Amino acid sequence: MLVSILSLFSSPQFRENCTSNNFPLVFSEVELVVRPVPENQEFLKRFLPKLEWRALVETARSLGNESLPLIQPETLTDDQLKALHHVLLELHVEQGNMTCKGCGHVYPISNGIPNMLLAEHEVGR
Amino acid sequence: MSRPEEISPPEIFYGDDEARKYTSNSRIQAIQSQMTERAIELLALPEDQPAFLLDIGCGSGLSGELLDEAGHYWVGMDISPSMLAEVALEREVEGDLFLQDIGQGFGFRPGTFDGAISISVLQWLLNADTSSHSPPQRLTRFFTTLHSALRNPSRAVFQFYPSSDDQVHLITQSAQRAGFGGGIVVDYPNSKKARKMYLCLMVGHQEVPRGLEGEEEV
Ligand SMILES: [Zn+2]
Repeated sequence: MLVSILSLFSSPQFRENCTSNNFPLVFSEVELVVRPVPENQEFLKRFLPKLEWRALVETARSLGNESLPLIQPETLTDDQLKALHHVLLELHVEQGNMTCKGCGHVYPISNGIPNMLLAEHEVGR
Repeated sequence: MSRPEEISPPEIFYGDDEARKYTSNSRIQAIQSQMTERAIELLALPEDQPAFLLDIGCGSGLSGELLDEAGHYWVGMDISPSMLAEVALEREVEGDLFLQDIGQGFGFRPGTFDGAISISVLQWLLNADTSSHSPPQRLTRFFTTLHSALRNPSRAVFQFYPSSDDQVHLITQSAQRAGFGGGIVVDYPNSKKARKMYLCLMVGHQEVPRGLEGEEEV
């Protein structure tokens, strides 16, 4: 899965008894791969407003990518757009875990696919 | 022949063997692609712009391939690990895949997706294959989280095979309660072979598109 997807998840609505301190999920024991894709500035610009910038940057930093500033710049330089493209669309987690800081639930990722299945009693209402 | 959704839950029915059978059957593939093309058309996305889409029950990855070809970015969900393995390893599609039971709902942030498609999946939600959750609860959970994950305005288009009018009614009612507008679009309603049903859901006020009529396109 793309690393950046974490900045699009909001688990509180998803899991029962998960009400605070639950965004973003936190990666651990991650095996990263980079899969280059062509740049598409138009898509980036339209995608940007959907993201929680700080969550994206913190997630990237937790995996050793320091290329983006913590505070979102009003306009991005060309270098920042390149860095954003890389963080958004090229960084994948092949193996690892995503953990919710709020409720402690762990979503494992294997072969690039996160397992989001919940036990029936865990499903939110 | 029994419908697959009446035999066992999808994650069991689409085990390794069925997943391979399903993805290698060329007649099924042709029909699936045709329905996917039509579903994408019904999404009525702005032309020549890459969109961020959700593929619900992305299954074999056929629909994902078409989304790739159309230049869209997408996230796919499926409850069958075998199907997902098939997509990820065999087809090498670009989309991001999640092992997910859509009847449990999902946790994407409000307004994440520009649209959603789903091919031959919705009928699975009508099975009560778990003891604690009834189909109406699962439908509600699904449509509510989907509605929230879509931007305004946008659409979600489902091709599906209902087995009765009651099922259609239950599905449309759940979708409406979750805040969706829209309704059922029937293509080639008078043709036994070509007749296809699409649930075309709208976020924000929009007109329901018309079904195709006359002779089936080949
Ligand atoms: Zn949680």
